[in-house]
Amino acid sequence: MALRSVSRKSLGLAVGHVRGLQSFSLPELPYDYGALEPVISGEIMQLHHQKHHQTYITNYNKALEQLDQALAKADSSSIVQLQSAIKFNGGGHINHSIFWKNLAPIREGGGEPSKASLGWAIDTQFGSLKALIQRVNAEGAALQGSGWVWLALDKELKKLSVQTTANQDPLVTKGSALVPLFGIDVWEHAYYLQYKNVKADYLKNIWKVINWKYASEVYEKENL
Amino acid sequence: MGSCCYSPSPSSSHLLATDFFSWGFKSSKLPFLQKRRFDRSQRASKICGYYGLRTPPYKLDALEPYMSLKTLEMHWGGHHRNYVEGLNKQLEKNDILYGFTMDELVKVTYNNGNPLPEFNNAAQVWNHDFFWESMQPGGGDMPKLGVLQQIEKDFGSFTNFREKFVEAALTLFGSGWVWLVLKKEERRLAVIKTSNGICPLVWDDIPIISLDMWEHAYYLDYKNDKGKYVNVFMNHLVSWNAAMARMARAEAFVNLGEPKIPIA
Repeated sequence: MALRSVSRKSLGLAVGHVRGLQSFSLPELPYDYGALEPVISGEIMQLHHQKHHQTYITNYNKALEQLDQALAKADSSSIVQLQSAIKFNGGGHINHSIFWKNLAPIREGGGEPSKASLGWAIDTQFGSLKALIQRVNAEGAALQGSGWVWLALDKELKKLSVQTTANQDPLVTKGSALVPLFGIDVWEHAYYLQYKNVKADYLKNIWKVINWKYASEVYEKENL
Repeated sequence: MGSCCYSPSPSSSHLLATDFFSWGFKSSKLPFLQKRRFDRSQRASKICGYYGLRTPPYKLDALEPYMSLKTLEMHWGGHHRNYVEGLNKQLEKNDILYGFTMDELVKVTYNNGNPLPEFNNAAQVWNHDFFWESMQPGGGDMPKLGVLQQIEKDFGSFTNFREKFVEAALTLFGSGWVWLVLKKEERRLAVIKTSNGICPLVWDDIPIISLDMWEHAYYLDYKNDKGKYVNVFMNHLVSWNAAMARMARAEAFVNLGEPKIPIA
């Protein structure tokens, strides 16, 4: 996540403490917009990255700035009221930042299943990769409205699980020990232009570009 | 149970087939008849109720260029149809829910906040029926007469109402709907937003106008430009005629004015 630290005095505060205000910015995609074709069209990737993700970041920064002002004024009512905007837009930023890394062009290993410890864990806990795929797709298809499907690692229980979150709720809202290995965006904007309302086809195809290498790295790092 | 709020049309539930065949046409005098009946009974030997996909009150390309034919075909022919078929499939397995009007089914399956699995399909069928009828070719502009009066009374001005409506649409998190409803208890109009498939019927509000803010409703035409979609809806699509009819009917259930007590 690209992070620019902008330090500045809070506007006109008599108390005069300097609060460092973080301003988030759009991370670069590790591949071209068209690199995931034909699984995900370049048009979708561009809109998804440049419009949707950017909007989350813009609104996240705005909410954080308003939070900063509210904190300075000890305005509890505003502080509390801003939480839903922070959760939604911040969550959108978190989730999409992870999502770009969860995908890889086919020629760069996208879709190639993990042969390391993650592959073994999947076989043990789900029976087979095919079974995991079926499970994830079923959960994704059954999700009403907007949300995400995740393959999660529970750091404490040392177990994998399939989770769903609604809207832009990050995975941690389902459990503080949960680490996302990969997430699949099932908001309609993630697939509509290409797959229209056939969400099932999107879910079937996206496995061709899932970045198992990254998922394995996260798994090995967190599963200590 | 509370009063029935709004029924856009007579219930569209029909009987698919009844089991005449169990009445035993065993007469040997009509063997060929019996044989035919036996064949058919294998296909339809139970009572089924079902809901149909209601067509919008205009041709699918009538809302161009504001809502494209492609969107109508996808949205009505794909999404809305899937909800209807999904609902019928669920009802096949659960005959406790037969025979309701769409309004009643929505409220019953909402189950006071603990929705049954059928709720999502039922509510979304209702929501989309209502949505198509909330729009018309050559819509937009401003309401007149009673509706305008009530809006001005409850929002101060039409402009203020419009601002509130647009703001609600743009601040909805995730999938959902924006509504202009008549609140029964408070006896006034209000703008509300609902998530996913929730319908204000479940809170006993009377819906007057709705706008679908699920991405599938606008993505093909406007991509992520929600603001444009909402403004186009307000300027060119919303049917104040439909709103007027719904308000008129709502007044049978809500006393909006001060009672006129004749002085002897």
